[in-house]
Amino acid sequence: MSEEIKKPVNIRKIKELLDMNDGARVRTWLSICSRCGLCAESCFFYLANNKDPKLSPAYKVKATLLELYRRKGEVDYDFLNRTREIVWGQCTMCKRCSQFCPFGIDVATMISLVRTICESQGVVPEGLARTTENIRVSGNQMAMATEDFVETCSWMAEETSEEIAGLDIPMDVHGAKYMYTVNPREPMYYPQDIAMAAKIFTVAEESWTMPSTGWDCTNLAMFSGNRAVAAIPVKAMYDKAIELGVEKIVITECGHAFRSAAFEGPYFVGRRDGKPPVPVIHSVQVFYEYLRDGRIKIDPSKMLEEPVTYQDPCNVSRNGGLWEEGRKIIPYLAKDFRDMNPNRDHNHCCGGGGGFIPMGPEYKARRMASGRIKAEQIKATGAKIIITPCHNCFDQINDLVKEYKLGVKVVSFKDLITEMMIIPEKFQPVENEEEMEDAAGEGTEG
Amino acid sequence: MYEFLTGPALWAAFIVFFGGLAVRIAYLYGLSMERDRVFYNHMDSKWALKSIGHWIIPLGSASMRQQPIFSIVVFIFHICLLVVPVFLFAHNMLWSESWGVSPWSMPDAVADVMTMLVLASGVFLILRRIARPEVRILTSAWDYTLLILTLLPFITGFLAYHQWGSYETLLILHILSAEVLLVVIPFSKLAHVVLFFFSRAFIGFEMGTRRGARAW
Ligand code: SF4
Ligand code: SF4
Repeated sequence: MSEEIKKPVNIRKIKELLDMNDGARVRTWLSICSRCGLCAESCFFYLANNKDPKLSPAYKVKATLLELYRRKGEVDYDFLNRTREIVWGQCTMCKRCSQFCPFGIDVATMISLVRTICESQGVVPEGLARTTENIRVSGNQMAMATEDFVETCSWMAEETSEEIAGLDIPMDVHGAKYMYTVNPREPMYYPQDIAMAAKIFTVAEESWTMPSTGWDCTNLAMFSGNRAVAAIPVKAMYDKAIELGVEKIVITECGHAFRSAAFEGPYFVGRRDGKPPVPVIHSVQVFYEYLRDGRIKIDPSKMLEEPVTYQDPCNVSRNGGLWEEGRKIIPYLAKDFRDMNPNRDHNHCCGGGGGFIPMGPEYKARRMASGRIKAEQIKATGAKIIITPCHNCFDQINDLVKEYKLGVKVVSFKDLITEMMIIPEKFQPVENEEEMEDAAGEGTEG
Repeated sequence: MYEFLTGPALWAAFIVFFGGLAVRIAYLYGLSMERDRVFYNHMDSKWALKSIGHWIIPLGSASMRQQPIFSIVVFIFHICLLVVPVFLFAHNMLWSESWGVSPWSMPDAVADVMTMLVLASGVFLILRRIARPEVRILTSAWDYTLLILTLLPFITGFLAYHQWGSYETLLILHILSAEVLLVVIPFSKLAHVVLFFFSRAFIGFEMGTRRGARAW
């Protein structure tokens, strides 16, 4: 870091970025903000930190992007470092404030531009710099090798087929209906997530495939501000979907992956119409359809009796449009649902979005402090279980549970559906065979 | 002086006002064609209208309901601000004198009350700027200046109507301040008189057309 500081700021590059993005929207937003302060109360950073006026969305823009334009990009590392603390440490780009501004000023988009400017000077939280580098060299955020990924999938297929007869994790199947893409933490640390998805697809008798490339639907470069690198995983995913001729790309239970693949990705890869070449849908939509159409049936005796609440991930609900689908799944799984307040597209960010979790320990104290709003929302519901279809929300809420002693268990839809679904006769494993295999397995292991 | 201000100066002010707004929009339009594809890609009139409508109706958005007093005051402020100058009898007399036609005029007593509402809500807005830390931190001297520029024609008009002070001077100041305001609008944040509709439409598509989410 100290070495970087010695290198002079590349003012030319900053000027270029400022100019490139000086479009009609940014200009209008910066010039008509009436400084009314209405946006302040929409932002959980402001609410959680004693209503510090410096945390109001409008101030964050004023102190960063407006200042950059005012100084025509002629800033030093001091300024950039302070800016880094604002655009990464005080905003998750959740877009809630744009719903609360009379002019609909899109603060998140402007913060994103400031992130791009900081990143161009190497001023970026270390955790995000690392993942961005991983994407650059390997195409996925955890630099997982293709063979390892494919192997993990076949290992999971093998393991899980002991529970569900005929289960397979098909790889690169041409003409499948769905191409299922995941968050690299699944193959790396939670391979059972892939197994669970496979169970659901198998029981629903879906035509699906995993891709051997372009399987990482996440996009942390989107949050580090490096748009060139952000295009890499998106392009790989689109290309693979086109190559395989699938009908749709399905996104795992991850929020920002959906935002990237369905909404921002098309712009990263330079698609003029702003739409992905192959439709992108989120797991929440897929699961809802399975339950609605009876392709997956839930065993009523297994339904949750404890009070349950739902965390709307910003990038699934407000920025993904799926708050109703999420809520329609819940009655299949739980008897006592208690919504948070506010909820749906107005829900507060959990505090772990916008790249906050991968930004690492340096930012954890702030993450916990600003997560107080979410913790209070959860506590007020009295729920014992919280469902959330997003890896980031999942981690953040787990941390909040510890920090604020909430006594709540965090689960995904996959967790619940695979636990409660009825496995039809034809997918029931044959008892004898299983025993024999087990015996054989034990033999070789011993 | 009076002749000049109600003659060439008034013409000039109107030309700058309409011309300035037109040029600004034309410029932004050109810029947007090149740099804001996202605006056109997801256009949809239904979401644009909803997005605008919810923010024009009093308390039509969750945000306004969070600060109901402020929102109602802002609503009254804007309505009176727009209605009084257009439907004032004294203004319309000038129209009919030079053109032979004029819009409908409202009773002077109503205009008087509405003017007082503009002034009262203007004072409220100034006090709010000072009182609330999250607003104060955003506010610069220019924000107060613009607010006062907006109020000046109403203050002077009000005083002139009631003949509190020298009518001649007040009238001159009234016309002058109104012309200054007209000239300033296109080049300041007050251009929101028209840009409001564009920025609201955009967020309407961005949240609504693309995601089905409310921008209000
Ligand atoms: S995008 Fe979210 S976190 Fe960022 S300023 Fe707006 S409300 Fe706050
Ligand atoms: S609500 Fe909008 S107009 Fe008001 S201060 Fe915030 S960004 Fe500016």
